[in-house]
Amino acid sequence: MSNEIIRLENVTFEYNSMVEGGQLKAVEGIDLSVKKGEYLVVLGHNGSGKSTLAKLMNGLLLPTEGDVYVKDMNTKDEDKIWEIRQTAGMVFQNPDNQIVATIVEEDVAFGPENQGIPPEEIRKRVDEALEIVEMTEYKKHAPHLLSGGQKQRVAIAGILAMRPECIILDEPTAMLDPNGRVEIIDTIKKLNKEEGKTIVHITHFMDEAVEADRILIMEQGKIVMEGSPREIFSQVERVKSLGLDVPQVTELAYELRKEGIQVPTNILTIEELVKAL
Amino acid sequence: MLKDITIGQYFPGDTFIHKLDPRIKILIIMMFIVSLFFIKTFKPYLLILAFILLSVWLSKVPFKLVLKGLKPLIMIIGITFIINVLLTKGEVLFQIGPLTITKEGLSQAVFMALRLIFLITGTSLLTLTTSPIALTDGIEKLLSPFKRIGLPAHELAMMMTIALRFIPTLMEETDKIMKAQMARGADFESGNIINRARNLVPLLVPLFINAFRRADELAIAMEARCYRGGEHRTRLNELKLNHKDVLTFISMGLFFGFIIINRYIQLM
Repeated sequence: MSNEIIRLENVTFEYNSMVEGGQLKAVEGIDLSVKKGEYLVVLGHNGSGKSTLAKLMNGLLLPTEGDVYVKDMNTKDEDKIWEIRQTAGMVFQNPDNQIVATIVEEDVAFGPENQGIPPEEIRKRVDEALEIVEMTEYKKHAPHLLSGGQKQRVAIAGILAMRPECIILDEPTAMLDPNGRVEIIDTIKKLNKEEGKTIVHITHFMDEAVEADRILIMEQGKIVMEGSPREIFSQVERVKSLGLDVPQVTELAYELRKEGIQVPTNILTIEELVKAL
Repeated sequence: MLKDITIGQYFPGDTFIHKLDPRIKILIIMMFIVSLFFIKTFKPYLLILAFILLSVWLSKVPFKLVLKGLKPLIMIIGITFIINVLLTKGEVLFQIGPLTITKEGLSQAVFMALRLIFLITGTSLLTLTTSPIALTDGIEKLLSPFKRIGLPAHELAMMMTIALRFIPTLMEETDKIMKAQMARGADFESGNIINRARNLVPLLVPLFINAFRRADELAIAMEARCYRGGEHRTRLNELKLNHKDVLTFISMGLFFGFIIINRYIQLM
C-alpha cells in the first residue's frame, strides 16, 4: 500500500443536469490506483469525465458513491481536506484564471502563505520552485506581461511551492500555442524524472501521452483502455473508434502496414520508424 | 498596446520614501490631510509646501509626474477659484457689470485653490511611491484592529489584489471582443450617446459572462491551493517596522501636530 498515492474505489460522480432535469453520471464505477513516482496520462475527448476525475482526486469534488483516498486519507474526511490538497496539487487549464497576485513571486508564495509557513521558509520554497520551472529571472514581473507558456509555468511553480508529492494537471496545454506546449511538456517531464513527483496529466493531445508510464482512456465516465503507450497505440483501430487520434508517427506506420510495408505495430517516435524502415 | 498599461501610477524607485513602511505612509498622509484642513492662514502653507517639495526631492519622482496628478482636477480647482472670487464679500477692488471682485475674495480663492493643489499632490505622492500591493498590505494591516468589530480586513485586501490582478486581463479581453464584434460590423464609434450606449450591449454581455466564469475558475484554483481566508495565513514579505519608520512617524507627527496647534495658538 505504501507505494500507492491515489486510490479510487468504485467511484461514481453524478451531477444535476439542468437540460435533462435528471442525474447525469460524469464518472461511473472507476477503480484506479496511482503509484508513487508514476507518470499517468488520462486521455479522452470532451465530456468523457476526465476533468471530473481530476477534481475528485484532490477533494474539489466529492464522489457520489465510492471513496477516493490520497495517501490513505479519504477525501470525504473534512479534517484532512487541506492536507489532501497539499499532497495532490492541481494545475488548471487557463493560466490566467489561476494566478492570484500581481507579481510572479507573490503568486508563487500564495499556496505556502495559505499553509501558514514562516516567511523565511516561503522565500526558500518560492526561489526553489521558480528555479525548477526556469522562471527565476521573471520573479518580479507582472503576470499579465508573460506569454501563455510562462504563465502556466508560474502556475506550476505556485503548486510546487506547496511541496506536493503528486501534481494533477487538467489540460494544462489546451490554451497554449505550440511553443508554450513544448515548454509545459518539458517542465512536466522534468518534474517527474528529476523531482520524482507523481504526475497525473489529463489531456486530449496524443503526442503528449507518448512519454507516459501508463495511459488511461476514458469514454462516457468509464475507463475503456489502460496500458503503456506502446500497448495503447498499437491498437490503432480501437483508439480511432473511440474518437481519438494516435500520434502522427504511429498513424503513418499503421498506414504503411496497410499498404503492405513491414513495420512493427508499436512505433511511437520518428527515430523508431526511421530505424524500422 | 493595452498590455503596456500600468496599474495606478506607481513610479518604481529605491529611495528612503519608497522603502518607508506603507502603513506609516498612509498614516502620514492622513495626518497631512487633517492638518491641511486646520490651516486658516497663508503662512503654514509654507510648511506644507516645504513638506511636499522635500518628499518629492527625496523620492526622486520627476516633479512633472506629481503635477500630472492635477490635470484631471484642473476644472474643479478652476471652479472653486472662480466661485470664491465672485461670492466673497468685502473691500471692493474693481467691478465689471454685476460682478464684483473683492480683496478678501481674491485671497480666499487663492487659499482654497492652494488647499486643493496641496491635497492632490500630497496624496498622489503616496500612490507614486507605493506599489498597489504594498498599499493593499498596508490597508489590510491598518484595518486589522477593526476585525474584532466584524470588519473583513483580509477579505477587502484580497478583493483589491484580485481586482488589480484582473484589470489588465479584462482590458485585453474587452479589446479582443471589441475587435471580434467590429469584424462582424459592429459600430462603437458613431451615432449619438444613446445609440452608442446601446451598441455597447453586445460588448458588455460576453465580457460579464467571461468575468463570472473567470471568477468561478479562480475560486476553485484558490481552493486547490489551500486558501481558506485570512486565518493562520503568513506572508512572503511580512511588513516590519524598523527604527527609521518609527522615527519618521514621530517627527512627522510632531510636524503636523505643530500645524494643527498653530491654528489655536498663533505660533507663526
